[in-house]
Amino acid sequence: MHTIKFSLEHIYFYYGKYMALSDISMTILDRQITALIGPSGCGKSTFLRCLNRMNDTIPGARLEGRVLLDNQDIYAPGVDVVNLRRRVGMVFQRPNPFPQSVFDNVAFGPRVLGLTRNKDELYWLVEQSLRGAALWDEVKDNLKQDALSLSLGQQQRLCIARAIAVSPEVILMDEPCSALDPIATLEIEELMRQLKEQYCIVIVTHNMQQAARVSDWTGFFWLGKLVEFDETQSVFTRPSQKLTEDYITGRAG
Amino acid sequence: MTIRETFERELQRLQDEMLVLGSMVGKAITDAVDVLKRRDMEGSRQLIAQDRLINEKRFRIEEEALVLIATQQPMAGDLRVIAAVLDIAHELERIGDYAKGIAKINLMIGDQPLVKPLVDVPRMADKSRSMLERALDAFVRRDVELARAIPAEDDEVDVLYDQIYRELITYILADPGCIEGANYLLWVAHNLERAADRVTNICERVVFTVTGEMLELDGKSSGL
Repeated sequence: MHTIKFSLEHIYFYYGKYMALSDISMTILDRQITALIGPSGCGKSTFLRCLNRMNDTIPGARLEGRVLLDNQDIYAPGVDVVNLRRRVGMVFQRPNPFPQSVFDNVAFGPRVLGLTRNKDELYWLVEQSLRGAALWDEVKDNLKQDALSLSLGQQQRLCIARAIAVSPEVILMDEPCSALDPIATLEIEELMRQLKEQYCIVIVTHNMQQAARVSDWTGFFWLGKLVEFDETQSVFTRPSQKLTEDYITGRAG
Repeated sequence: MTIRETFERELQRLQDEMLVLGSMVGKAITDAVDVLKRRDMEGSRQLIAQDRLINEKRFRIEEEALVLIATQQPMAGDLRVIAAVLDIAHELERIGDYAKGIAKINLMIGDQPLVKPLVDVPRMADKSRSMLERALDAFVRRDVELARAIPAEDDEVDVLYDQIYRELITYILADPGCIEGANYLLWVAHNLERAADRVTNICERVVFTVTGEMLELDGKSSGL
């Protein structure tokens, strides 16, 4: 049995007057991969960003409803957003390493947050994170190399290492493979399967095959609504909604 | 125009090919019993040769289905259609084998006269073929109710089979010398009974295609 990591209750999200999400309720389980699919502009990325309050800084953006992480409302007054984002990390569409060494990229979060007491601990944490992101063997001989000299696939794994270096509980991934070639994509997917042993993973993807391959749960968004949310194998073999069927068989969207 | 016009055309073609296979097989069943009735050896040999065409057709359908899966990544209802076509093509090919089996039995009986006139055997063949044709019709029309109704008719085929069995036993008891001839006819009836069973499997695939449910549509089974 997987415990509930996120509970979302009647989420409405507005950009000014524009309603981007309408009455979304769902639960996201820990140590599972939940994929969010749907056409561009359906609200799936907006939804993802509600989970660690990445939308907060957008002027005019407003959320109604409750987002509970481990049963605590993350939008309640007094919530430490920095700590929230440590617990709920994020990996973006394009790899975005800092223009620093591989080591410094991974060490960045732990240094800022003061997670380690000395150099040895920091080195150990960097190594563990790089191992966790399946990148260690490829970079261990030259941790000082510029992160931007890595291939795109390696850069994305570096970003995942950077995300897990601060011991998050949840990793949000917004189209993490859309800038990668097929082999690098499959490597990230394999990595995701390993990561789900320890983390709750939520991924937004345009690639339905990817959602089908990698996720345990799939939510289909359409015009700001969650049309269907079910176990991935059900969604892709016998969706309960006609709209889902039309979308995943390429007849709508 | 729909977004996936090419794919839809290919998917339709695949189903059409399967229906062609279905009519080849249905005809083979009727023909097999017909040549047996007419004791037409040449006809039997032709039927046996034609079974190769049925097998080849099935392989082509399988190939095309696999190409569609590999190149078009079908999902949900589309995927179920292709899975069903793969399965139904297999069932059809096996029904074709039963027809070939009957043609072979005709050759084995050879010059010997049949131990009894064929009455119920052609009925079984007609019934099986009719069930087959309607099962494929149910697939085309995605008619779950029809697909659920047809397996009950398998009981009628089973009743005919039981009847033939009992009748042949009385022949054997009256004249043990006709054991071999009776046994041949019993095998013919058995092949037809199996063919009707396979139609039930096809009906199950029709339900799966429409609803995604895998369930067994069991008509009462023969006591034999």
